[in-house]
Formats: sequence, structure tokens, C-alpha cells
Amino acid sequence: MSEKLPLFSPVDAGPVPKRLYAVGAEFANPKELYAAAEKVRDKGFRGWDCYTPYYIHGLDQAMGLKKSLVGLFTFAGGLAGLTGGFLLITISSVFIYPMDAQGKPYFSLPGFVPILDLLMILLSAIMSIVGMTMLCMLPRLHHPLWEWPAFHRATHDKFFIVIEANDPKFNEKSSVDLLRELGGTNLTFIGEEE
Amino acid sequence: MERAQREIVREPYVINNRDATWVGDRIASVIENPTPLWWYIAVSIAGGVASLAGLGIFYLILTGVGVWGENKAANWAWDITNFVFWIGIGHAGTLIAAILYLTRQKWASGINRAAEAMTVFAVMCAGIYPGVHVGRAWMAWYLAPIPNGNGIWPNFRSPLLWDVFAVSTYLSVSIMFWYVGLIPDCAAMRDRIKNKILKYLYAILCMGWRGSARQWANYEFCYLMLAGVATLLVITTCTVVSSDFSTSVVPGWHGTIFLPYFGVGAIYGGFCMLITLLVPLRELYKLRDIITLRHIDLCCRFVLLMAMLISYIYLMEFFVAYVGGNPNERFTFYSDRIFGPYGSTWLCMLIFNSFIPMLFWSKKIRRNPWAAFGIVIFPSIGMWLERFVIIVSSVHRDFLPSSWGMFYPTYVDVLTFTGTFGIFFLMYLLFIRFLPMIAIAEIRSILPAANPHNPPAVIKDGDKSGGHHV
Repeated sequence: MSEKLPLFSPVDAGPVPKRLYAVGAEFANPKELYAAAEKVRDKGFRGWDCYTPYYIHGLDQAMGLKKSLVGLFTFAGGLAGLTGGFLLITISSVFIYPMDAQGKPYFSLPGFVPILDLLMILLSAIMSIVGMTMLCMLPRLHHPLWEWPAFHRATHDKFFIVIEANDPKFNEKSSVDLLRELGGTNLTFIGEEE
Repeated sequence: MERAQREIVREPYVINNRDATWVGDRIASVIENPTPLWWYIAVSIAGGVASLAGLGIFYLILTGVGVWGENKAANWAWDITNFVFWIGIGHAGTLIAAILYLTRQKWASGINRAAEAMTVFAVMCAGIYPGVHVGRAWMAWYLAPIPNGNGIWPNFRSPLLWDVFAVSTYLSVSIMFWYVGLIPDCAAMRDRIKNKILKYLYAILCMGWRGSARQWANYEFCYLMLAGVATLLVITTCTVVSSDFSTSVVPGWHGTIFLPYFGVGAIYGGFCMLITLLVPLRELYKLRDIITLRHIDLCCRFVLLMAMLISYIYLMEFFVAYVGGNPNERFTFYSDRIFGPYGSTWLCMLIFNSFIPMLFWSKKIRRNPWAAFGIVIFPSIGMWLERFVIIVSSVHRDFLPSSWGMFYPTYVDVLTFTGTFGIFFLMYLLFIRFLPMIAIAEIRSILPAANPHNPPAVIKDGDKSGGHHV
């Protein structure tokens, strides 16, 4: 029975985890990270990501990311709120329970506008958040990267590039060399639970 | 020339060349350090005062709205005054967080979290009143868009129903907006806090945020979308709250100016409350480098702007009442408001809202936090008086002199209103104790070092540019 291998190990020392998730490198500041991200993008990697404590303007372009799709969710939510609200109000106050209020017509669209507007806003806000969490693959209870103690500073003051093992261009040796060449420090193999 | 150059150099957002690590440590230290004694004292006082509202509401629900001072002449009085007062305070938070975000006012990052929290708690306080003033509070669900036991649906053309939708949407969306802003900061707290229970809570709140660039791209887009809808929502909510009044035919209420009137008043009161909160907090928690004098200055300038706008609206109301030629409206404005039994309220309102904030023309006063703190107390009271003037001095003497009357608050009115301040400050104290009260990630992203195209922040002494866009 073999001893349990650690889930992370520095690339220069220690065994490679049995099931490799990725190789990670640390960068000191946004400028270095930005330059490195452009290079990794140009090598044609797909399964990789930068980890930063805050949003860095232009990093999405440096990584070659496409525009976020959250806007579509917002639009869909707004449309749903508007249609849903229109149906709710029209069906209830024109067909189910027509009420004569100060001689106004049963179908009095201007009087419906505030509620239509509010329902549109409510649904689009909810859908924006739903879309964002879905596109971010959240909520998530666990992630292999959290096994790497150094990574806990990714929300504080360090910057990381992580190239995942499932990327077709990933190679244990060349990917590590690439990250080292780009100025990454603390290069580490990160494993996954089997 | 040199002087001109010096003038256009902007002050940095975070002063004293603080770096991202310092920002995180300082803001998190509010949570990580042992609870200060003043916090316990403040929470006990706020909790005690909040229980007054509990008593007032409990007694009201048991007995009926008759325990308030309302009567057949003044159907609406303190309840709606307090409702509009609190909902108004809420609006400034959304303005700072959403509108200033959309207009790329990066300085707002320093105060947006505190302002959004203010919004959420103020709207909660506001929500109490429509809930309980219906009389039989257990039938408040009649307001929901569902048929009641007799199959009767609510009237969707009624401004009062719009109000229900507006306040509940406003509360929901401001909580969502606040929460989305908190996600990366909760992740930062999760990764650093020692306390096991809090760590667990932050881990749940941040939903497993990792701060990957792909996540950030979606996150920022979502924040942008929320800022957009929240801006729309502020305007809608102001409109809807004001149409509670302006769609009626009561003299003093029936005016098209009510939308900008309520919007301006809301932002005015909200900024005053924000200064009241920020000035002590930046001193108590030594956050003077993040909530700088410039922030206080800019908030004071907003107060000044709103004071002038509201004064213009006061004038305009009187002007329109004069040229409109409606005798009832002329009576309400020229006879009752100024010289009537509530004339002193009107006069105080005018002095507090239109004259005292003019002190903010002086840069010295704007840059003196405690002076600003002292001054904004007046417009805060003034804004409450304004709502009282609008509501009570309009309805207590309307068309038929035989049905004129007076409103006097009862002790239940006073208890409930005082209590809402307790609720507000209790919530706020809990917020600053357990959640990062300044948006850590946002502050870090506006530091000069965060710009990948700038040299790393090695800034010489005396360089006031803070390193951005030279």
C-alpha cells in the first residue's frame, strides 16, 4: 500500500501528485502578470487562468477572453419581468377581476407602467446574478487549488497563473519552463483527489 | 502656470502611498481585532432604543392605528413622514454605488460599501411603516399581487400598490447589489481570518470565489448591469413614492414637481446621513487614508448642490401655487404653510435645508470632518421636517373648513420613530463588526500599482499624483 502523495508539490522537489490538476506560478505584481498572460495567450493555451486579488483592467484582453455573457442574462431577465408583469396585470385586472376605479378603462397601460418597470428591474437584477454565478461556475464547495497553501494569498496580495493539465498543449516539462521563463516564482504542481 | 498645473493634479484616492497589502490589512483589522469597548456600549444603547420600536409596533398591532395621533383631518402623519424620511436616506447609497460607478467616479469606491449598507438598513426601517400603518397588519398580504379570500385582486393602477412593489423591489435589489459587491471581500476574509466560525460563514457567503480572471470578467460585467438597473430603480422608486402624493388632488400634493422634489430630497438626506456615519467611523477605525478628507469634501459638495436644488424647488412650489391661481393651493402655501399652526416647522425646515448648508461654500469647513458632521445634522432634521410639512400641513386643512383639524403625535408615535433609529444603528454596528465596511478589492483596483501599464508604485516623496495617468 503506497503512501498518500501530497496534493501539491514544488516542481523542483518532491513527487508529482498522482493525478495532476495543474501547474501554478506566482507573480509579484499586476505588471508582470499582465505581460506573462499575453505570452501564455499567444502560446495558444485554453485551459488556464490568472488569479488576482482584484479586477485588473485589460487583463481579459491580455488573456484573450471574449466579452462576458452576463448581459444576455440581464436582458432575458428584463424581458421575462416585463412579459410576466404584463400578463399578471392584464389577466388579473382585465379578465379575472375587472375593477372600475374612477372610471378608468380596465386596460389602462400608463397606469401599469410603474409595476412593469419594477418587475423588469427585479427580474433583470436576479438574472444578472444568476448568470454571473453560473458563468463563474459558482457556488463551489471545493477546488483543487485550495490545497496549495500559497494560493490563499490570491485574494490578498499575490498574483497567479495556473495552467491546467487538461489543456491539450499542457506538458509537465514545457509548461513549467514557460512559466519560469515568464518570471513566475514558487512553481508548484497541484494535484486532484482521485 | 505652475500654480495651474498644481491645481489640476488630482489628489490620490488613497493617500500616504498605502499599498494593496496595507489596504487589506487595515480594513480586515476592523473585523480581526478584538471588539472595542465602545462597540459593546454602542450596541447596548442601539439595542435598547430599537426595542422601543418593538414596543411601539407591538402595542399598535394589538390595539390599532388609533394609538397614533392620526385623525380624520390628518390621515397621514408621522408614519408616512418617517417612511419617506428613511426611504430617502436609502437613495443616496444607491446613487453612490450605482450612478457614481457608471460615471466612473473612482473615489466613490472608498465609501460605496458603507453607503450601500446604509441603503439596505434604511429601507428596512422604512418598510416597517407601510407594513404596520395598514391597521390590521396581519392582513398586509392583501397588498401582494394575489387574489384574497373573496377572489379580489389588488388594483394595479393604484400608486399605493406601486409603492409596495417599489419598496420591496428596492430592498431586494439593494441587498443583491450589496451582496455582489461583498463576494470578493468575503473570499479575502475567508482566506485570512483565524476564527473558525467566521471563516465558515465567509466561505459560504463568497460561494467559493477564487478571483480568477474569468470570474472577474463576469463579475465586473454583472456589477455593471446591476449598477445600470439600480440607477433605473432609484429613479423609479423616487417617482413612485412621490406619486403617492402627486396623483391625489390634495392642495400641496398635486404637483408635477414631486418627482425631482423627492429625488433631490432623498439624495440630500442620504448624503447627510452618510457623512454622519463616515466621520466617526474613519476616526474610530483609523481609516483616514482610505476615507480621506477629499471624500468628505466631495460628499459636502453633494450636500451643497442638493441644498441649492431643494431651495429652488421650494421657490418653484410657491411660484407655481401663485401663477396656478387655484385658491385652495394658494391658501395651502401662502397662508397655512407659512403662517398656519405648523409655520414654525416650515421656518425651521427652510433654515436647516436652505441656509445652514451654505456654510459648505467654504473649503475649510468642507475639509473639516467634525464641522461637516455638525452641520449635516441640521439638514438631516430639516429633511424630516420637510416631509412633515409636505404631508401634514397639506392634509390638515383641505377644501372644507368644517373638516379641518390638527395633528399631535402621541407617545407611541415618538417611541416607534426613535426606535427605528435604534434598529438602523444596531444593524449598522453589526455590519461594521462582521463585514468589511470598505470594498477591499475595489480600493485595491484603484491604487496606482494596480494599473498594469504604469510603473510599479515607487512614488517619490512629495509626488501628489499618486502615480495615475501622468
